[in-house]
Amino acid sequence: MREERISLSQSGGYRRDSESQPPYLYPEYESTRLRAPGRPLVILPHTLSELTGPVYGHEKVGTLDHDLTRQHVGEPLGERIIVTGRVLDGDGRPVRNSLIEAWQANAAGRYAHHGDRHPAPLDPNFTGAGRCLTDSEGRYRFVTVKPGAYPWGNHDNAWRPAHIHFSLFGPAFATRLVTQMYFPGDPLFEHDPIFQSVSDPKARQRLVSRFDLSATEPEWALGYSFDIVLRGCNATPVENHG
Amino acid sequence: MKPGSGSTPSQTVGPFFHLGLLREDWSRLVKLDHPSAIRIHGTVYDGAGEVVPDAMLELWQADANGHYAHPEDDREGSPPEDGSTGFGRCGADDAGHFEFVTVKPGSVPGPGGGESWQAPHINVSVFARGLLKRLVTRVYFSDEDEANAADPVLASIEDPDFRATLVARAEDGGYIFDVHFQGENQTAFFDV
Repeated sequence: MREERISLSQSGGYRRDSESQPPYLYPEYESTRLRAPGRPLVILPHTLSELTGPVYGHEKVGTLDHDLTRQHVGEPLGERIIVTGRVLDGDGRPVRNSLIEAWQANAAGRYAHHGDRHPAPLDPNFTGAGRCLTDSEGRYRFVTVKPGAYPWGNHDNAWRPAHIHFSLFGPAFATRLVTQMYFPGDPLFEHDPIFQSVSDPKARQRLVSRFDLSATEPEWALGYSFDIVLRGCNATPVENHG
Repeated sequence: MKPGSGSTPSQTVGPFFHLGLLREDWSRLVKLDHPSAIRIHGTVYDGAGEVVPDAMLELWQADANGHYAHPEDDREGSPPEDGSTGFGRCGADDAGHFEFVTVKPGSVPGPGGGESWQAPHINVSVFARGLLKRLVTRVYFSDEDEANAADPVLASIEDPDFRATLVARAEDGGYIFDVHFQGENQTAFFDV
């Protein structure tokens, strides 16, 4: 998209949006205590190294990679759902042809991972991993089952609200994002330090999907909308004559 | 979504990211028999000095000519070299150890465009359970003394010991780059 090219290296690069982001150290989330860096971060100017980033080819994503319900012989158990939305930059522009990877627990709250010791059943028809590329409007769509809540050892009677992990690259190294999508109205929100680590309530709300009747398919699956906003640019768009 | 709205917050990858992120082996950016192949490996440590088995590193780098395989790098005369995308990803093993095979990147332009140059370096993201957002660091190379001394990003770190945490040590055919989240050997991390 040549007309969308932005003279990034002439500008301040991507905007820092630290108000929307969690801190490294959030003591209520126990594992941050020994993993959050102790020394202040070094401010990095945005050079070509930060303004470029991995480009993923269409040819590598299979046509069914977005459908987590069709990876095995049978269908997984649970509530079939559609998760769809747009990936946008901080100025509302679509992020096109960008890889999204997703992974999640099954409907019973168990990951198909050897490290998950939660005594809930595995589902032989569910791996819980998918990926897709955004289209020309920044849109994506996954078909899956609603993941279950599950216990974890962070504190007494700790439970994670149901969530799907999303990994995004966006256009540059600077826009890399890994996040989690939650479901509306989950009573576990107020008890979950990972969700609560985002201090701004408006930013926290951006982690919560919205039930969407227009994305719901009759007689088949409920739809949830989840837009993902990556960082915006400091530059204004300019014509690229190169 | 309105223009100018805030960005989506980061959340941790958690302990089970292998499921979604490591189904393919991305740790070899070039073939093992590439004439300039180098090994970059190391161990991830937490603040108690324990190894971190549930960490993942991603690399983003220019090719040996200093060219990034990305449309923003549209400099003339520097076509992509070896077909490598410049992207790598590797999960730590049970001993907290990771290993990449790649080529040493060339120098790339510094802040503000082509006036200044940066020493050969690889951009690194670190993800783990307990990291609510990624950590960003860089791998520089110990056999690039002259270029490192002139590098504007390294120069922005005053403490020489802290600066030295970014410089991978050369050993036979490879480089060692350990990552320390905390403590007196803490790696320098960047606010990108």
